[in-house]
Amino acid sequence: MSTAKYVGVETEYGITVDGPSPVNPVLASSLVVGAYRAAGRDEVRWDHTDESPLRDARGGPAPEPGEAMIDDELGLANTVLTNGARFYVDHAHPEYATPECSNARDLVVWDRAGELILADAAERATASLASGSRVLIHKNNTDGKGAAYGTHENYLVPRSVPFGRLTRQLLPFFVSRLLFVGAGRLGSELDHGVTFQLSQRADFFEVELGLETTLKRPLMNTRDEPHADPERYRRLHVINGDANLCEVASLLKVGTMLLLLDAIEDGALPEVPELADPVAAFHAVSHDLTGRRPLPLQDGSTTTALSLQQWYLDVVRRYAKERPEGIDPVSEEVLERWDALLLTAADDPRKLVGQVDWATKLDLLEHYRGRHELDWGHDRLKMVDLQYHDVRRDRGLYHRLAARGRVELLVADSEVEAAVHTPPEDTRAWFRGECIRRFRSQVVAAGWDSLILDVGRDSLQRVPMMEPGRGTRAQVGALLAEVDTAAELLDRLTT
Amino acid sequence: MSEGGQVRRRAAEDTPEEQVEATSRSDARDVIDDVDELLDEIDDVLEENAEEFVRSYVQKGGQ
Repeated sequence: MSTAKYVGVETEYGITVDGPSPVNPVLASSLVVGAYRAAGRDEVRWDHTDESPLRDARGGPAPEPGEAMIDDELGLANTVLTNGARFYVDHAHPEYATPECSNARDLVVWDRAGELILADAAERATASLASGSRVLIHKNNTDGKGAAYGTHENYLVPRSVPFGRLTRQLLPFFVSRLLFVGAGRLGSELDHGVTFQLSQRADFFEVELGLETTLKRPLMNTRDEPHADPERYRRLHVINGDANLCEVASLLKVGTMLLLLDAIEDGALPEVPELADPVAAFHAVSHDLTGRRPLPLQDGSTTTALSLQQWYLDVVRRYAKERPEGIDPVSEEVLERWDALLLTAADDPRKLVGQVDWATKLDLLEHYRGRHELDWGHDRLKMVDLQYHDVRRDRGLYHRLAARGRVELLVADSEVEAAVHTPPEDTRAWFRGECIRRFRSQVVAAGWDSLILDVGRDSLQRVPMMEPGRGTRAQVGALLAEVDTAAELLDRLTT
Repeated sequence: MSEGGQVRRRAAEDTPEEQVEATSRSDARDVIDDVDELLDEIDDVLEENAEEFVRSYVQKGGQ
């Protein structure tokens, strides 16, 4: 029987300052995060104590740190929000990391809450600039000029699942899931013959396996930093996906992974078709709008992205059906939608308009191009490509499509608005978020797996939170309701 | 814009028959009008200085 899975997604947003004088992107990102914090809502610092991003899942000594944790010394904004999320500056981008979620639907809600937070923060940052300048934020992953920035999924898996098995059984999935994970882009870094491709990030991946995230990007990242009890867990750090605006894509990106990880943990996968060259296949799938391009396998035969996805769906569906404990309603929905999506894709993946970002964007580009009779290289089409990702509801083209009912929505705006301020109730994010909301002045710092309180005693008090499933509303809601101060809370927790 | 017209909130509940009906002639005209309206709106909200905007949109690499 598989263990409970938890997921969180980090997104580095594109940032640009449009105005007469250029603004350094690190400064602009700080301005954005700082402007949100300055609104008086969240002043809690990040706790780096337990971070070790250079630990490698393959074992061996950790390399010398290439990137020191110096953001606090530099005064870069880095904060924790009442919804349990982390909002900070990373690599010259504002980054939002969702709180830990127990299921894919919650992830969609708290990921979308991040879009609202970024839009709000950018508006506040713009107000602090000289008139004529404005900060614009895009939920994308490339500038189309050689730079890529990340959307990373994080899944908690038991350490007992061998990393080699995860790698072998996931690589063909990562390659083929671009059919619904891709956010689409004009052009290519690798092949000038490509007009439009499925993925924003695929061209930037160079190796199968590795620790890097900013160069020589690997399909399978080996970072071993669980942010939880390291004896029991590893955190699978998936860096090959795109940032999604379409909720169906977002739900499936995470929901299929959660199901597949359960199946892998339970040893339910038969021999996985082994790609001859996963990186080349990743590029090939991204550059193909049909899902049918032949991909060489190790055994000399070929497969396609569509066949691989169908193989995984069949395996996972059978696993779910035979699993004694059954599956939860969200996973049920994920399976149904995955099936429906592949049925449509088998006909023509371009018919996934309104469900996945690349097809939705491509459809818009083609209509816009037709109306104005533009060449594919025209700047206005590049503008459509970019502005699709603009987080402003009145300007972002995705949001204009959504307002016209042209994309399928899964969650209500009211849920997303509530998630800007409140954490998921069934993970440790609830304890983190509630403590910050109630005892903000006494929470000195917070991290994924700890909370540091200053309750006026000789030393700061650290509350460890090593189990992502502990600290839920059901577990600590009554306790939190009974105490009036952080000191009382500490006393109750330690007795 | 795609055949089938607008995507409804709960596509999973739609039956194939309903989707076929959406391609009837009057519905098809509605879809075309709707696309026109959408493209009008895109023209309205798209950054005016697209050439300059796209040219200056340069990001630092991230993760």
